[in-house]
Amino acid sequence: MSAQKNRLGNGGRINRGKPLRFTFNGRDYQGYEGDTLASALLANNSGAVARSFKYHRPRGIYSAGVEEPNAVVQLETGARTRPNLQATEIELYDGLSATSVNCWPTVEFDIGAINSLAARLLPAGFYYKTFMWPKSFWMTYERVIRNAAGLGKAPTAPDPDTYHKCHAHTDVLVVGGGPAGLAAALAAGRTGARVILAEQEHDFGGRLLSERGDIDGIPAGDWVGLALAELNAMEEVTVLGRTTCFGYYDHNYLGMVERCHINAAKSMLEPKDGPSERLWRVRSHQVVLATGAIERPLVFADNDRPGVMLAGALRAYLNRYAVRPGRKAVIFTNNDDAYRSAIDLHDSGVEVTALIDLRVDPDGPLPDAARARNIQVMDGWVITRVLGNRRLRAIEIQRLTADGGAITGEARRIDCDVLGSSGGWNPVVHLHSQSGAKARFDDALQSFVPGPARQAERSAGAANGAFALDDCLGQGHAAGLEAAKLAGFKSKSKTKRPTAESIDEAPLKAMWIVPGEAKPGHGSKHFIDLHNDVTVADIELAAREGFHSVEHVKRYTTLGMGPDQGKTGNIPGMAVLAGALDTEIASVGTTTFRPPFTPVTYGALAGRDIGEFSDPARKTALHHWHEQASALFEDVGQWKRPWYYPKAGETMQDSLNRECLAVRHGVGILDATTLGKIDIQGPDAAEFLNRIYTNAWSKLAVGRCRYGLMLGEDGMVMDDGVTARLAENHFHMTTTTGNAARVLGWLEEWLQTEWPELKVYCNSVTEYWATMTVCGPRSRDLLAEFTDIDLSAEAFPFMSFKQADVGGVAARIFRISFTGELSYEINVPASHGLGLWTALMTAGEKYGITPYGTETMHILRAEKGYIIVGQETDGTMTPNDLGMDWIVSTKKDFIGRRSLSRTDCTRPGRKQLVGLLTDNPSEVLPEGAQLVFDVKPQPPMDMVGHVTSSYYSAALGRSIALAVVKGGADRMGETIHAPLIGKTVNCKITGPVFYDPDGSRIDGA
Amino acid sequence: MTSRYSIFSLMRNAIGYHQGWQRAWRSPEPKPSYDAIIIGGGGHGLATAYYLAKEHGITNVAVIEKGWIGGGNTGRNTTIIRSNYLWDESARLYDKSLRLYEGLSQEINFNVMLSQRGVLNLAHNLHDLREISRRVNAIRLNGFDSEMLTTEQVQAMVPILDCSKDARYPVLGASLQKRGGVARHDGVAWGYARAADGYGVDIIQNCEVTGIVREGGKVTGVETTRGLINAPKVGIVTAGHTSHVAAMAGLRLPIESYPLQAMVSEPIKPVLDCVVMSGAVHAYISQSDRGEMVMGAGIDHFTSYAQRSTLAVVEQQMAAVIKLIPILSRLRLMRQWAGIVDTCPDASPIVSKTPVDGLYVNGGWGTGGFKGTPGSGWVFAHTMARDEPHELNAPFTLDRFTTGALIDEHGAAAVAH
Repeated sequence: MSAQKNRLGNGGRINRGKPLRFTFNGRDYQGYEGDTLASALLANNSGAVARSFKYHRPRGIYSAGVEEPNAVVQLETGARTRPNLQATEIELYDGLSATSVNCWPTVEFDIGAINSLAARLLPAGFYYKTFMWPKSFWMTYERVIRNAAGLGKAPTAPDPDTYHKCHAHTDVLVVGGGPAGLAAALAAGRTGARVILAEQEHDFGGRLLSERGDIDGIPAGDWVGLALAELNAMEEVTVLGRTTCFGYYDHNYLGMVERCHINAAKSMLEPKDGPSERLWRVRSHQVVLATGAIERPLVFADNDRPGVMLAGALRAYLNRYAVRPGRKAVIFTNNDDAYRSAIDLHDSGVEVTALIDLRVDPDGPLPDAARARNIQVMDGWVITRVLGNRRLRAIEIQRLTADGGAITGEARRIDCDVLGSSGGWNPVVHLHSQSGAKARFDDALQSFVPGPARQAERSAGAANGAFALDDCLGQGHAAGLEAAKLAGFKSKSKTKRPTAESIDEAPLKAMWIVPGEAKPGHGSKHFIDLHNDVTVADIELAAREGFHSVEHVKRYTTLGMGPDQGKTGNIPGMAVLAGALDTEIASVGTTTFRPPFTPVTYGALAGRDIGEFSDPARKTALHHWHEQASALFEDVGQWKRPWYYPKAGETMQDSLNRECLAVRHGVGILDATTLGKIDIQGPDAAEFLNRIYTNAWSKLAVGRCRYGLMLGEDGMVMDDGVTARLAENHFHMTTTTGNAARVLGWLEEWLQTEWPELKVYCNSVTEYWATMTVCGPRSRDLLAEFTDIDLSAEAFPFMSFKQADVGGVAARIFRISFTGELSYEINVPASHGLGLWTALMTAGEKYGITPYGTETMHILRAEKGYIIVGQETDGTMTPNDLGMDWIVSTKKDFIGRRSLSRTDCTRPGRKQLVGLLTDNPSEVLPEGAQLVFDVKPQPPMDMVGHVTSSYYSAALGRSIALAVVKGGADRMGETIHAPLIGKTVNCKITGPVFYDPDGSRIDGA
Repeated sequence: MTSRYSIFSLMRNAIGYHQGWQRAWRSPEPKPSYDAIIIGGGGHGLATAYYLAKEHGITNVAVIEKGWIGGGNTGRNTTIIRSNYLWDESARLYDKSLRLYEGLSQEINFNVMLSQRGVLNLAHNLHDLREISRRVNAIRLNGFDSEMLTTEQVQAMVPILDCSKDARYPVLGASLQKRGGVARHDGVAWGYARAADGYGVDIIQNCEVTGIVREGGKVTGVETTRGLINAPKVGIVTAGHTSHVAAMAGLRLPIESYPLQAMVSEPIKPVLDCVVMSGAVHAYISQSDRGEMVMGAGIDHFTSYAQRSTLAVVEQQMAAVIKLIPILSRLRLMRQWAGIVDTCPDASPIVSKTPVDGLYVNGGWGTGGFKGTPGSGWVFAHTMARDEPHELNAPFTLDRFTTGALIDEHGAAAVAH
């Protein structure tokens, strides 16, 4: 195990009492509790940890936060592996194992680096210009490209973790637990408002963790501890660490993800209770965005070598993790802030060989403090060359000309193994921008800062462009108070805001491209987007080729399109574009920031809505009985319906024949619970049905049932079913199983938006009733054993309804039939369903009672030529097309009526419902077969319709089919053909009613 | 004419450090008048301009774009291309489009990266199977490619797909269109722009049309933020705002506009080689050449012009995707976004003349616009040049909403709309 040779002897927020073992690329290392994988690797002098996306150049750790573009790793292996995590974001735990992605065989020796040699042939968008010849070869080129692209690997097994979701409503959401966020949460919390404070890291304090300084006269770290203690003690305040606010949606609705399992003390490999991650869906009255700022690099030649880092990251590693990022450091800056890095490095015993400031004569407390430490400040100089391929060895610097536009004089060489560059800081305006607001370019800061708010939010501190600590505290405090006040909470007493010493800083000097020995792209590369290998030359090429919109440039060069979303590269990229177009950055504008701020695990977004919970499986009260009877089930919408009940040794067709014949000759029983049932009440209920259905309802007598067709506004059949009049103002409507919810929605839409004057109330009662259809010539005999009412055809005629006691249970009996046989549909409260069903089964044994499923139901109704909506119809069939004009009233208005008179709906030759009989009676046509009158040797052929339903009919001893055929009603007896793969089936067109065309069986045989 | 793209021109330019490349398209000032104006610089508008020039010799054409070309739905879709439509009219139009796509990179000398990796439409219940079988038979008899796969064949083609029998909605089979696949969406817009520019078409960006000028029932030009531009023929190709722009000429279109959301994961090594679509589970998914999983949802439930994404949709979508492909659960979502789709009552487009002489409209492509781009441009150019629709788009007229001759793809579409 390697020693932590870069670890300082003291300081930092690591726990030296808790050493942790880990492996990276197969080698064993040690770190401490409190480390990230990145800090632990740096402590072990890691060097190159990754290869870049396109050129496979060696890359080292670059930053200390979410902006990390380089150090992308695969965490663990097996089912819990995670691809593409940033080493800077992985909290170290004992036994951690990670590997570099996208390099082979190793990160030190990567075959893909051959791309680097061909780099000149691979400028931005090169793939649009080549790989076109020969034409058939793109798929071959593409295979190579696909294998080269991608980063980590997906797991190969399903996810063993679970994820939860919760909702939260709050008065003030504070995003970010740095100085501004803590001050805001304190100020808001003290008013008594409900506050949620969310911090993406496990440690609160934000930038304070990486800096040396005091707040309210005590070390900042101590102040953070006090602030947290106070917040945690407040009843209405929720403090969430490891919680990233990733999305700002409309109406102050924000998405946050809390990482629950990642804990340095425990290995993530051990199974744990509870969720791995939790999705918070927060609706907040007011939002304070205290999301901080991200440093941007200076863009100079070969600025991607391992050892080149962000200046602020150097002191983050130093102060927070007690890691010396190198032995000999150089700082390259255009601002005062980076002097802090030089000072902290020096004070920790790291040799700072030079501080290169591209400004001339920098002045002020920070430069003075650096000079006081005898740090060599090279002002007016820039880095023109970086030496060292896999590890930074030295740099060359040259003096800038007086106008700053070019370099001049002799190059000087400076040895170093780490280099921190700073081009200033960019406020994190992502959430502000996601909220719909537009960021504005600030000339003094040379960055985008929040513009006017579009939702109830405000930014504070560094996120608002206020980088000085005292300003962060002041703005945070004010923002917290304002947010609480607007949410209705006034400050109870005048609370003092936290303060810190102010240190003057001189303005930065913008220089977006640091001149080198040659122009960018001529020999060396000036990288802008390290993750996607986008260089200055790429952006200039895009501009040269006319891609001037920032969105075009982004897409053409892939700038900012990687998982880091260009957090370090986007602003320099826009500035380079502005330079190439000779315009202002402000007029180039910024791309739209899209959620999520940092990538979010799919599993967290899906939560528990997967596997068996992905969609509720609806089961009837009789489901268990069906299972016991070995039924096979069919999914119909969300419902599980018995499909058929196979007996041992039966083929499917055997079962269906048995079930069908039982209904035709004895008695069968069907679980019809799933049919939609809507209870409709109110003085205008009949009038409402008049408008909804094509036929008339006003005169339907109480106690009678009627079949109805519902049309869409386009005149096409939408749903059907039988509705009974239970009382003058009370109807029981049934719908198809799959459309039940849609029909209820349809009824409500018309009632609420078009006919609010109608007094009608609709309720779904589908689940309230267990419905069983007792069907067949012996059904009356069976039912008579259960009820005292007169079941004779005269006393209880077809299409009527009775309220009766059935087997001791109050039931609704509908004498309706979907088979053509004598049939009773018995509805009892669901809790009595199983009892009655079982009793019917027992009593029916002597009649050979046979349970039947949906498939038999389909066959029996097809024998009678009854349609199924969604099978014989597809949104293009009118009642007339189905031969059902008898049900369309000509005397009243109804939905869809006007459309029925459109020319296309009245023209001859529309597709019409017919029956088909195959010439070979044992041949069953496949459903979905297309029909032609003229068979051609090969396609295309003129299709005139298709087979909608097709079965073998045991009752008829032959196959039957229903179809829709152009002009079919006028072509009875003609031959039509179904050209299938390998054969053509010939059939005759017939009427759609195959069995008992006179309807003689309806009252019983 | 811009210089030809090839490996040789790349090599030649590499020697000169790529300083010699010319603009992919010019950025001209608008002329006072043109023979034809296309409003909207998306894929469909640019393709229209290209085919006007190439097929009909009409080169004095301006494409007027209020933002940047390809910035609307062209740059926001999930890049799926297929022609497996149920109705003859749709299948013919979309297959024309697919055939144009098949030679497009070579024809316009711009690699649009057409990748015919196959499109699978999954069946999850008996009803799906029936519908898919009907569609496969219809497509086959129309002379286009389509086939049925068994569950086992689907599993062999997509090993990561959950084909287990106890899945909540098990995979019972699928239709496959092998010629279907994906293409690079930006490349299609830029390629057409460059090729049209090569014929002399003026592509005018950052120029918003504010009015459609008419005289005596005839169009004479457009008012823009850069002044009046005259033309005897004007085509509206402004997906997401078709009804807005048509209203400038007093037309009321049967269109509703909805957000449609899409999203991508971080790049991972290849795990999915084809496009998988599921209507019952409401998801479509493919893997881009960069390695991102590209996913699309059904349209939002409410009409809107705001190109805003929502959390609810991404939650549903991720659940649907994990349902289909459980191993994706630990991947991370990298970006989500929304576009606005104009939908007609029958979910089919309008490519049509209008009651105003010289004014044409091409819109209402709903969720299917990208795959239709070349065919749309081709038939719309014909319609504008000849002042009559081509037989391929004759069924897609405005009249059909009065006659009732709808081409209802609602039931036929793979994802419920």
